[in-house]
Amino acid sequence: MSPENYLYLSALLFTLGAAGVLLRRNAIVVFMCVELMLNAANLALVTFSRMHGNLDGQILAFFVMVVAAAEVVVGLAIIVTVYRSRHSASVDDASLMKL
Amino acid sequence: MSTLASLAAETSTSSGEAAQFWVLGPIALLGGLGTVLMRRAVYSALCLAGTMVILALFYLANGAYFLGMVQIVVYTGAVMMLFLFVLMLVGVSSTDSLKETLKGQRWLAAGCALGLGLLLVAGIGQASTGSFTGLAQANSEGNVQGLASLLFTRYVVAFEVTGVLLTIAAVGATLMTHRERLERAKSQREQAEARVRENKHVPPLPAPGVYARHNAVDLPGLLPDGTPSELTVNPTLRARGQVREVHQEALAAVRALEQRTNRHHGRAEAPGEPGGNGGAHGANGANGVNGKGVGAGSAADDEGAVTDAEEARK
Repeated sequence: MSPENYLYLSALLFTLGAAGVLLRRNAIVVFMCVELMLNAANLALVTFSRMHGNLDGQILAFFVMVVAAAEVVVGLAIIVTVYRSRHSASVDDASLMKL
Repeated sequence: MSTLASLAAETSTSSGEAAQFWVLGPIALLGGLGTVLMRRAVYSALCLAGTMVILALFYLANGAYFLGMVQIVVYTGAVMMLFLFVLMLVGVSSTDSLKETLKGQRWLAAGCALGLGLLLVAGIGQASTGSFTGLAQANSEGNVQGLASLLFTRYVVAFEVTGVLLTIAAVGATLMTHRERLERAKSQREQAEARVRENKHVPPLPAPGVYARHNAVDLPGLLPDGTPSELTVNPTLRARGQVREVHQEALAAVRALEQRTNRHHGRAEAPGEPGGNGGAHGANGANGVNGKGVGAGSAADDEGAVTDAEEARK
Protein backbone atom coordinates (compact mmCIF):
# COMPACT_ATOMS: atom_id res chain seq x y z
CA MET A 1 0.00 0.00 0.00
CA SER A 2 1.26 3.44 -0.85
CA PRO A 3 0.81 6.30 1.65
CA GLU A 4 -1.18 8.02 -1.08
CA ASN A 5 -4.18 6.10 0.18
CA TYR A 6 -4.12 8.34 3.24
CA LEU A 7 -4.45 11.30 0.89
CA TYR A 8 -7.49 9.72 -0.77
CA LEU A 9 -9.05 9.08 2.64
CA SER A 10 -8.29 12.66 3.62
CA ALA A 11 -9.93 13.95 0.43
CA LEU A 12 -13.05 11.86 1.11
CA LEU A 13 -13.28 13.05 4.71
CA PHE A 14 -12.84 16.65 3.57
CA THR A 15 -15.64 16.18 1.04
CA LEU A 16 -17.90 14.72 3.71
CA GLY A 17 -17.19 17.71 5.95
CA ALA A 18 -17.91 20.17 3.14
CA ALA A 19 -21.16 18.37 2.33
CA GLY A 20 -22.15 18.53 6.00
CA VAL A 21 -21.48 22.27 6.15
CA LEU A 22 -23.73 22.77 3.15
CA LEU A 23 -26.47 20.34 4.18
CA ARG A 24 -26.95 20.73 7.91
CA ARG A 25 -28.91 23.48 9.66
CA ASN A 26 -27.88 23.03 13.27
CA ALA A 27 -25.00 25.44 13.88
CA ILE A 28 -23.22 23.00 16.18
CA VAL A 29 -23.32 20.20 13.60
CA VAL A 30 -22.09 22.64 10.94
CA PHE A 31 -19.24 23.48 13.25
CA MET A 32 -18.45 19.80 13.80
CA CYS A 33 -18.30 19.32 10.04
CA VAL A 34 -15.76 22.18 9.86
CA GLU A 35 -13.73 20.28 12.45
CA LEU A 36 -13.95 17.18 10.26
CA MET A 37 -12.54 19.19 7.34
CA LEU A 38 -9.69 20.48 9.51
CA ASN A 39 -8.89 16.94 10.64
CA ALA A 40 -8.88 15.72 7.04
CA ALA A 41 -6.42 18.49 6.15
CA ASN A 42 -4.26 17.45 9.11
CA LEU A 43 -4.16 13.86 7.87
CA ALA A 44 -3.03 15.10 4.47
CA LEU A 45 -0.32 17.26 6.10
CA VAL A 46 0.98 14.36 8.20
CA THR A 47 1.08 12.15 5.10
CA PHE A 48 2.94 14.85 3.15
CA SER A 49 5.43 15.06 5.98
CA ARG A 50 6.07 11.34 5.65
CA MET A 51 6.32 11.47 1.87
CA HIS A 52 8.88 14.28 1.91
CA GLY A 53 10.82 12.96 4.85
CA ASN A 54 10.80 16.14 6.94
CA LEU A 55 8.76 17.33 9.89
CA ASP A 56 7.48 20.62 8.48
CA GLY A 57 4.14 19.08 7.59
CA GLN A 58 3.70 17.88 11.15
CA ILE A 59 4.53 21.36 12.47
CA LEU A 60 1.88 22.78 10.17
CA ALA A 61 -0.64 20.20 11.39
CA PHE A 62 0.28 21.16 14.94
CA PHE A 63 -0.48 24.81 14.22
CA VAL A 64 -3.76 23.83 12.57
CA MET A 65 -4.70 22.02 15.79
CA VAL A 66 -3.87 25.06 17.93
CA VAL A 67 -5.81 27.43 15.71
CA ALA A 68 -8.71 24.95 15.55
CA ALA A 69 -8.82 24.86 19.36
CA ALA A 70 -9.00 28.67 19.49
CA GLU A 71 -11.63 28.64 16.76
CA VAL A 72 -13.74 26.09 18.62
CA VAL A 73 -13.69 28.20 21.77
CA VAL A 74 -14.77 31.39 20.00
CA GLY A 75 -17.23 29.66 17.67
CA LEU A 76 -19.01 27.84 20.47
CA ALA A 77 -19.17 31.08 22.46
CA ILE A 78 -20.86 32.72 19.47
CA ILE A 79 -23.31 29.83 19.17
CA VAL A 80 -24.17 30.07 22.87
CA THR A 81 -24.69 33.83 22.56
CA VAL A 82 -26.92 33.46 19.49
CA TYR A 83 -28.86 30.69 21.24
CA ARG A 84 -29.43 32.95 24.23
CA SER A 85 -30.92 35.74 22.16
CA ARG A 86 -32.90 33.59 19.69
CA HIS A 87 -33.50 30.33 21.57
CA SER A 88 -32.45 28.42 18.49
CA ALA A 89 -29.21 26.96 17.19
CA SER A 90 -30.42 26.78 13.61
CA VAL A 91 -28.36 28.70 11.08
CA ASP A 92 -31.56 29.63 9.21
CA ASP A 93 -32.95 31.57 12.14
CA ALA A 94 -29.91 33.80 12.46
CA SER A 95 -30.39 35.25 9.01
CA LEU A 96 -30.37 38.86 10.16
CA MET A 97 -27.61 40.69 11.93
CA LYS A 98 -30.11 42.39 14.21
CA LEU A 99 -32.59 41.02 16.69
CA MET B 1 9.40 2.95 17.57
CA SER B 2 12.68 2.44 15.72
CA THR B 3 11.28 -0.56 13.85
CA LEU B 4 8.26 1.48 12.82
CA ALA B 5 10.49 4.29 11.66
CA SER B 6 12.66 1.94 9.62
CA LEU B 7 9.55 0.45 8.06
CA ALA B 8 8.36 3.92 7.14
CA ALA B 9 11.61 4.44 5.24
CA GLU B 10 10.73 1.78 2.69
CA THR B 11 9.02 2.51 -0.59
CA SER B 12 5.89 0.59 0.35
CA THR B 13 4.22 0.44 3.72
CA SER B 14 4.20 -2.77 5.70
CA SER B 15 1.36 -5.20 5.25
CA GLY B 16 0.41 -4.56 8.88
CA GLU B 17 -0.09 -0.89 8.18
CA ALA B 18 -2.03 -1.74 5.02
CA ALA B 19 -4.32 -3.99 7.05
CA GLN B 20 -4.75 -1.22 9.61
CA PHE B 21 -5.63 1.23 6.87
CA TRP B 22 -8.13 -1.00 5.14
CA VAL B 23 -9.85 -1.89 8.39
CA LEU B 24 -9.87 1.52 10.05
CA GLY B 25 -10.21 3.68 6.93
CA PRO B 26 -13.78 2.57 6.12
CA ILE B 27 -14.70 2.98 9.79
CA ALA B 28 -13.37 6.55 9.71
CA LEU B 29 -15.42 7.19 6.58
CA LEU B 30 -18.51 5.72 8.27
CA GLY B 31 -17.89 8.03 11.21
CA GLY B 32 -17.69 10.99 8.85
CA LEU B 33 -20.90 9.90 7.15
CA GLY B 34 -22.56 9.55 10.54
CA THR B 35 -21.45 13.05 11.48
CA VAL B 36 -23.13 14.44 8.39
CA LEU B 37 -26.25 12.27 8.30
CA MET B 38 -27.28 11.67 11.94
CA ARG B 39 -30.36 13.66 12.87
CA ARG B 40 -29.45 14.02 16.55
CA ALA B 41 -26.51 16.32 17.18
CA VAL B 42 -25.20 14.11 20.00
CA TYR B 43 -24.88 11.13 17.67
CA SER B 44 -23.05 13.36 15.20
CA ALA B 45 -20.62 14.38 17.95
CA LEU B 46 -19.96 10.78 18.95
CA CYS B 47 -19.38 9.73 15.32
CA LEU B 48 -16.93 12.61 14.93
CA ALA B 49 -15.11 11.58 18.10
CA GLY B 50 -14.71 8.05 16.71
CA THR B 51 -13.35 9.39 13.43
CA MET B 52 -10.87 11.55 15.34
CA VAL B 53 -9.58 8.60 17.36
CA ILE B 54 -9.03 6.63 14.13
CA LEU B 55 -7.23 9.61 12.61
CA ALA B 56 -4.98 9.64 15.68
CA LEU B 57 -4.09 6.00 14.95
CA PHE B 58 -3.28 6.97 11.36
CA TYR B 59 -1.00 9.76 12.63
CA LEU B 60 0.81 7.20 14.78
CA ALA B 61 1.17 4.88 11.79
CA ASN B 62 2.55 7.78 9.76
CA GLY B 63 5.32 8.40 12.29
CA ALA B 64 3.69 11.48 13.83
CA TYR B 65 3.78 10.12 17.38
CA PHE B 66 3.45 13.50 19.09
CA LEU B 67 0.55 14.61 16.89
CA GLY B 68 -1.23 11.29 17.41
CA MET B 69 -1.18 11.77 21.15
CA VAL B 70 -2.14 15.45 20.85
CA GLN B 71 -5.01 14.47 18.57
CA ILE B 72 -6.42 12.14 21.21
CA VAL B 73 -5.85 14.47 24.16
CA VAL B 74 -6.80 17.78 22.56
CA TYR B 75 -9.36 16.82 19.94
CA THR B 76 -11.23 13.86 21.33
CA GLY B 77 -10.52 14.85 24.92
CA ALA B 78 -11.01 18.60 25.01
CA VAL B 79 -12.62 19.86 21.82
CA MET B 80 -15.29 17.17 21.51
CA MET B 81 -16.14 17.45 25.20
CA LEU B 82 -16.54 21.19 24.71
CA PHE B 83 -18.91 20.42 21.85
CA LEU B 84 -20.89 18.07 24.08
CA PHE B 85 -21.05 20.68 26.84
CA VAL B 86 -22.51 23.23 24.44
CA LEU B 87 -24.91 20.60 23.09
CA MET B 88 -26.16 20.01 26.62
CA LEU B 89 -26.51 23.77 27.08
CA VAL B 90 -28.41 24.27 23.84
CA GLY B 91 -30.57 21.17 24.28
CA VAL B 92 -29.72 17.58 23.53
CA SER B 93 -33.04 16.75 21.96
CA SER B 94 -32.74 19.41 19.28
CA THR B 95 -32.99 17.88 15.83
CA ASP B 96 -32.61 19.50 12.45
CA SER B 97 -35.76 20.57 10.72
CA LEU B 98 -36.31 18.85 7.41
CA LYS B 99 -37.97 21.90 5.90
CA GLU B 100 -35.98 23.34 3.02
CA THR B 101 -35.71 27.11 3.15
CA LEU B 102 -34.08 27.31 -0.28
CA LYS B 103 -35.68 25.17 -2.92
CA GLY B 104 -33.38 22.46 -4.24
CA GLN B 105 -30.53 23.57 -1.99
CA ARG B 106 -30.02 20.07 -0.65
CA TRP B 107 -29.51 18.46 -4.05
CA LEU B 108 -27.34 21.32 -5.22
CA ALA B 109 -25.19 21.01 -2.10
CA ALA B 110 -24.85 17.25 -2.54
CA GLY B 111 -23.90 17.77 -6.19
CA CYS B 112 -21.29 20.38 -5.25
CA ALA B 113 -19.82 18.06 -2.60
CA LEU B 114 -19.66 15.21 -5.11
CA GLY B 115 -17.90 17.46 -7.61
CA LEU B 116 -15.42 18.62 -4.99
CA GLY B 117 -14.69 15.02 -3.99
CA LEU B 118 -14.15 13.98 -7.61
CA LEU B 119 -11.84 16.94 -8.21
CA LEU B 120 -9.79 16.22 -5.09
CA VAL B 121 -9.44 12.50 -5.82
CA ALA B 122 -8.57 13.18 -9.46
CA GLY B 123 -6.01 15.77 -8.40
CA ILE B 124 -4.33 13.36 -6.00
CA GLY B 125 -4.35 10.69 -8.71
CA GLN B 126 -2.66 13.10 -11.13
CA ALA B 127 -0.02 14.10 -8.62
CA SER B 128 0.93 10.53 -7.73
CA THR B 129 4.63 10.17 -7.06
CA GLY B 130 4.95 6.44 -6.52
CA SER B 131 7.79 6.59 -4.00
CA PHE B 132 8.12 8.31 -0.66
CA THR B 133 10.99 9.21 1.62
CA GLY B 134 9.69 8.16 5.00
CA LEU B 135 10.50 9.72 8.35
CA ALA B 136 13.32 7.40 9.48
CA GLN B 137 15.92 10.13 9.25
CA ALA B 138 13.73 13.00 10.47
CA ASN B 139 12.59 10.96 13.46
CA SER B 140 16.05 9.57 14.23
CA GLU B 141 16.46 11.75 17.32
CA GLY B 142 12.88 11.12 18.32
CA ASN B 143 9.73 12.69 16.94
CA VAL B 144 9.19 15.15 19.79
CA GLN B 145 12.80 16.33 19.73
CA GLY B 146 12.67 16.83 15.99
CA LEU B 147 9.41 18.80 16.23
CA ALA B 148 10.75 20.90 19.08
CA SER B 149 13.97 21.81 17.26
CA LEU B 150 11.90 23.01 14.30
CA LEU B 151 9.25 24.71 16.41
CA PHE B 152 11.70 26.76 18.45
CA THR B 153 13.96 27.78 15.57
CA ARG B 154 12.30 28.20 12.20
CA TYR B 155 8.72 28.49 13.41
CA VAL B 156 9.28 30.38 16.64
CA VAL B 157 7.43 33.52 15.48
CA ALA B 158 4.39 31.49 14.44
CA PHE B 159 4.58 29.71 17.77
CA GLU B 160 4.50 33.01 19.68
CA VAL B 161 1.66 34.32 17.55
CA THR B 162 -0.47 31.23 18.17
CA GLY B 163 0.16 31.74 21.88
CA VAL B 164 -1.25 35.27 21.61
CA LEU B 165 -4.13 33.90 19.52
CA LEU B 166 -5.03 31.37 22.21
CA THR B 167 -5.01 34.06 24.89
CA ILE B 168 -7.23 36.31 22.79
CA ALA B 169 -9.61 33.42 22.09
CA ALA B 170 -9.92 32.58 25.79
CA VAL B 171 -10.57 36.23 26.74
CA GLY B 172 -12.98 36.68 23.82
CA ALA B 173 -15.00 33.60 24.68
CA THR B 174 -15.24 34.72 28.31
CA LEU B 175 -16.36 38.19 27.26
CA MET B 176 -18.90 36.86 24.79
CA THR B 177 -20.62 34.40 27.09
CA HIS B 178 -20.47 36.61 30.16
CA ARG B 179 -23.76 38.33 30.88
CA GLU B 180 -23.81 41.51 32.87
CA ARG B 181 -26.74 41.67 35.30
CA LEU B 182 -28.61 44.85 34.43
CA GLU B 183 -30.44 45.22 37.73
CA ARG B 184 -29.94 43.92 41.22
CA ALA B 185 -31.60 40.60 42.03
CA LYS B 186 -34.71 41.08 44.18
CA SER B 187 -34.45 39.93 47.75
CA GLN B 188 -37.08 37.69 49.30
CA ARG B 189 -38.51 40.57 51.31
CA GLU B 190 -38.85 42.74 48.22
CA GLN B 191 -40.56 39.92 46.35
CA ALA B 192 -43.03 39.44 49.21
CA GLU B 193 -43.77 43.17 49.35
CA ALA B 194 -44.33 43.28 45.61
CA ARG B 195 -46.80 40.38 45.90
CA VAL B 196 -48.76 42.20 48.57
CA ARG B 197 -48.75 45.42 46.54
CA GLU B 198 -50.12 43.62 43.49
CA ASN B 199 -52.53 41.67 45.69
CA LYS B 200 -51.79 38.53 43.71
CA HIS B 201 -51.01 35.25 45.47
CA VAL B 202 -50.58 36.87 48.81
CA PRO B 203 -50.75 33.56 50.72
CA PRO B 204 -48.30 30.81 49.79
CA LEU B 205 -49.00 28.98 46.55
CA PRO B 206 -51.28 25.95 46.81
CA ALA B 207 -49.63 22.63 47.46
CA PRO B 208 -49.33 19.91 44.83
CA GLY B 209 -50.84 16.44 45.08
CA VAL B 210 -54.32 14.99 45.16
CA TYR B 211 -55.89 12.99 47.94
CA ALA B 212 -53.68 11.35 50.46
CA ARG B 213 -52.24 8.93 47.93
CA HIS B 214 -50.32 11.37 45.77
CA ASN B 215 -48.43 14.23 47.30
CA ALA B 216 -45.54 14.20 44.85
CA VAL B 217 -44.46 17.62 43.64
CA ASP B 218 -44.94 16.66 40.00
CA LEU B 219 -48.65 15.96 40.44
CA PRO B 220 -50.94 18.97 40.16
CA GLY B 221 -53.53 19.53 42.86
CA LEU B 222 -57.15 19.30 41.75
CA LEU B 223 -59.68 22.08 41.82
CA PRO B 224 -63.15 21.21 43.15
CA ASP B 225 -64.40 20.51 39.64
CA GLY B 226 -61.64 17.93 39.08
CA THR B 227 -59.44 20.00 36.77
CA PRO B 228 -55.76 20.20 37.67
CA SER B 229 -54.61 23.54 39.06
CA GLU B 230 -51.73 25.18 37.22
CA LEU B 231 -50.55 26.99 40.32
CA THR B 232 -49.75 23.88 42.30
CA VAL B 233 -46.80 22.65 40.26
CA ASN B 234 -43.45 24.29 39.92
CA PRO B 235 -43.16 26.13 36.57
CA THR B 236 -39.72 24.53 36.06
CA LEU B 237 -41.27 21.07 36.10
CA ARG B 238 -43.92 22.16 33.63
CA ALA B 239 -41.30 23.65 31.32
CA ARG B 240 -39.42 20.36 31.36
CA GLY B 241 -42.62 18.46 30.63
CA GLN B 242 -42.28 16.44 33.81
CA VAL B 243 -45.72 17.17 35.23
CA ARG B 244 -47.77 14.04 35.70
CA GLU B 245 -51.38 14.14 34.66
CA VAL B 246 -54.25 13.30 36.92
CA HIS B 247 -56.61 11.42 34.72
CA GLN B 248 -60.15 10.51 35.47
CA GLU B 249 -58.90 6.92 35.75
CA ALA B 250 -56.81 7.93 38.74
CA LEU B 251 -59.88 9.40 40.41
CA ALA B 252 -61.78 6.22 39.69
CA ALA B 253 -58.96 4.20 41.21
CA VAL B 254 -59.10 6.29 44.37
CA ARG B 255 -62.83 5.79 44.48
CA ALA B 256 -62.44 2.01 44.16
CA LEU B 257 -59.85 2.02 46.92
CA GLU B 258 -62.20 3.86 49.22
CA GLN B 259 -64.93 1.34 48.54
CA ARG B 260 -62.58 -1.52 49.33
CA THR B 261 -61.52 0.20 52.54
CA ASN B 262 -65.12 0.72 53.53
CA ARG B 263 -65.90 -2.90 52.84
CA HIS B 264 -62.93 -3.96 54.88
CA HIS B 265 -64.08 -1.88 57.82
CA GLY B 266 -67.60 -3.19 57.47
CA ARG B 267 -69.06 0.20 56.66
CA ALA B 268 -71.68 -0.63 54.08
CA GLU B 269 -72.16 2.60 52.23
CA ALA B 270 -73.59 3.23 48.82
CA PRO B 271 -71.06 4.57 46.32
CA GLY B 272 -71.36 8.26 45.71
CA GLU B 273 -72.97 8.90 49.07
CA PRO B 274 -71.53 11.97 50.73
CA GLY B 275 -70.68 9.95 53.83
CA GLY B 276 -68.67 7.47 51.81
CA ASN B 277 -66.81 10.28 50.25
CA GLY B 278 -65.91 11.73 53.59
CA GLY B 279 -62.84 9.61 54.08
CA ALA B 280 -61.35 10.77 50.84
CA HIS B 281 -62.43 14.23 51.61
CA GLY B 282 -60.66 14.42 54.88
CA ALA B 283 -57.53 13.25 53.21
CA ASN B 284 -58.03 15.77 50.46
CA GLY B 285 -58.39 18.59 52.90
CA ALA B 286 -55.35 17.46 54.81
CA ASN B 287 -53.44 17.46 51.60
CA GLY B 288 -54.02 21.08 51.00
CA VAL B 289 -57.15 21.68 48.97
CA ASN B 290 -58.15 24.22 51.56
CA GLY B 291 -54.78 25.82 51.28
CA LYS B 292 -55.03 26.09 47.54
CA GLY B 293 -56.70 29.43 47.64
CA VAL B 294 -59.50 28.05 45.57
CA GLY B 295 -61.99 29.88 47.66
CA ALA B 296 -64.60 27.16 47.44
CA GLY B 297 -66.51 26.32 50.56
CA SER B 298 -66.31 22.81 51.89
CA ALA B 299 -69.88 22.14 50.76
CA ALA B 300 -69.11 23.11 47.19
CA ASP B 301 -65.97 21.08 47.48
CA ASP B 302 -67.96 18.06 48.56
CA GLU B 303 -70.36 18.41 45.68
CA GLY B 304 -67.60 18.76 43.12
CA ALA B 305 -65.86 15.66 44.34
CA VAL B 306 -69.05 13.64 44.28
CA THR B 307 -69.99 14.60 40.73
CA ASP B 308 -66.42 13.92 39.79
CA ALA B 309 -66.49 10.43 41.16
CA GLU B 310 -69.74 9.77 39.40
CA GLU B 311 -68.34 10.92 36.13
CA ALA B 312 -65.39 8.68 36.65
CA ARG B 313 -67.62 5.70 37.18
CA LYS B 314 -69.36 6.37 33.88
